[in-house]
Amino acid sequence: MSVSSKRLLQTPSQTAGPYVHIGCTPKFAGLNTGKADLGSSLIKDGVKGEGIQISGSVYDGKGAPVTDAMVEIWQADYSGLFRSPLETRGEADPLFDGWGRAACDAQTGGFCFETVKPGAVIDNMGVRHAPHITFWIVARGINRGLHTRLYFPDEVEANANDSVLALITDQNSIATLIAAKVADASYRFDIHLQGENETVFFDA
Amino acid sequence: MSAKGSDGIFSNWDAERQPKAYSQDYKSSILRSPKQPPISFPTTLAEVTGPVFGHDIIGELDHDLIHNFAASGESAIGPRIIVHGRVSDENGNPVPNALLEIWQANAGGRYRHVKEGYIAALDPNFGGCGRVITKADGSYEFWTVQPGPYPWPNGPNDWRPAHIHFSVFGPSFAQRLITQMYFEGDPHIRLCPIVGTITSPEAVQSLIGRLDMERTVPMDARAYHFDIVLRGREQTFFENQMDGL
Repeated sequence: MSVSSKRLLQTPSQTAGPYVHIGCTPKFAGLNTGKADLGSSLIKDGVKGEGIQISGSVYDGKGAPVTDAMVEIWQADYSGLFRSPLETRGEADPLFDGWGRAACDAQTGGFCFETVKPGAVIDNMGVRHAPHITFWIVARGINRGLHTRLYFPDEVEANANDSVLALITDQNSIATLIAAKVADASYRFDIHLQGENETVFFDA
Repeated sequence: MSAKGSDGIFSNWDAERQPKAYSQDYKSSILRSPKQPPISFPTTLAEVTGPVFGHDIIGELDHDLIHNFAASGESAIGPRIIVHGRVSDENGNPVPNALLEIWQANAGGRYRHVKEGYIAALDPNFGGCGRVITKADGSYEFWTVQPGPYPWPNGPNDWRPAHIHFSVFGPSFAQRLITQMYFEGDPHIRLCPIVGTITSPEAVQSLIGRLDMERTVPMDARAYHFDIVLRGREQTFFENQMDGL
């Protein structure tokens, strides 16, 4: 039981529906807003760290691409600091936003982010978290945004000691959270909403 | 307001109030709902922190969907309404600087979208999206036209109740939320399979904007009131302990 005394009750989620792009990526949806869509770029010239590209697609339970999805990512900078007013451990790289948003491609369900590889996060309790990127996926048919994480294939030791990955007992399930390195500084991270390779999702 | 204690653990998503992932009646959820339950863990820094959006991203007409895509001197067709309310967390703290992005169909129930197939007319003066940032007291307000209900391919004769989509960012990514506001008195609410993914009648009630005559502008626009409650942190002395670390 919670020890807190909550006074208000959570607003329920509802699906983002098939037209989430109108509200969240209006330029992508063809609306002339005169400005770039929010989250379309995470990095500015001179950003610190290793520039990487992450691409992938969202698939449904039959393996069909989810072409009306929107994917958001949130991550630490190269040194493990978050660009957020709630970051108390130091100041993150001002040339790095940490948050990105992509409308999935209308044919392939694909998304792509140009970002930097996050550093390990050492929290205020001294616990070390393997480099990771939070993913949040919404679409028609998803009643509450799905939360998952990308981990890196070249961080074997850090992954083995990560407290969140340690919650997953099945190795095949852990594999759904490890991006595939497809080229130098280029990773592939597919998200399977359902099915044999169903991605592990979190309630966090 | 303290920015310290940023490891403070958020309360869980409220399973009684949040929608089920899978619903046989909402066909799109059948292949898009994970079969495995999500894995819970106490929020870490990645969930406690979150992006911040400056007021400079808000354009002059972003809060006014009646005019923000209209030709000069013209306006969108439909019942003029004000939607307003307050964003707070479960502990009752107002959430200032929260970015709300909104989108909706026009007064005839038609979205401005390449995949939209409904025969209702497009309104050349209506785009259907806007955004606002909450003030210091968590309050927000925007102007729009009341969207129409519309049919959708689900069951043989399903109609969505009139609704406005809301995307909400609190200061923590753990609070990220997308939801829909419905309108008081709409008979389609109780018939809707998407509303029906929420099993708690009280939770459904909390998604219904209420006619607010106090804020209605005479001879101009009716007002609807819609408050949003995001997850809050568990209040334990443990959080205070961490402030010193």
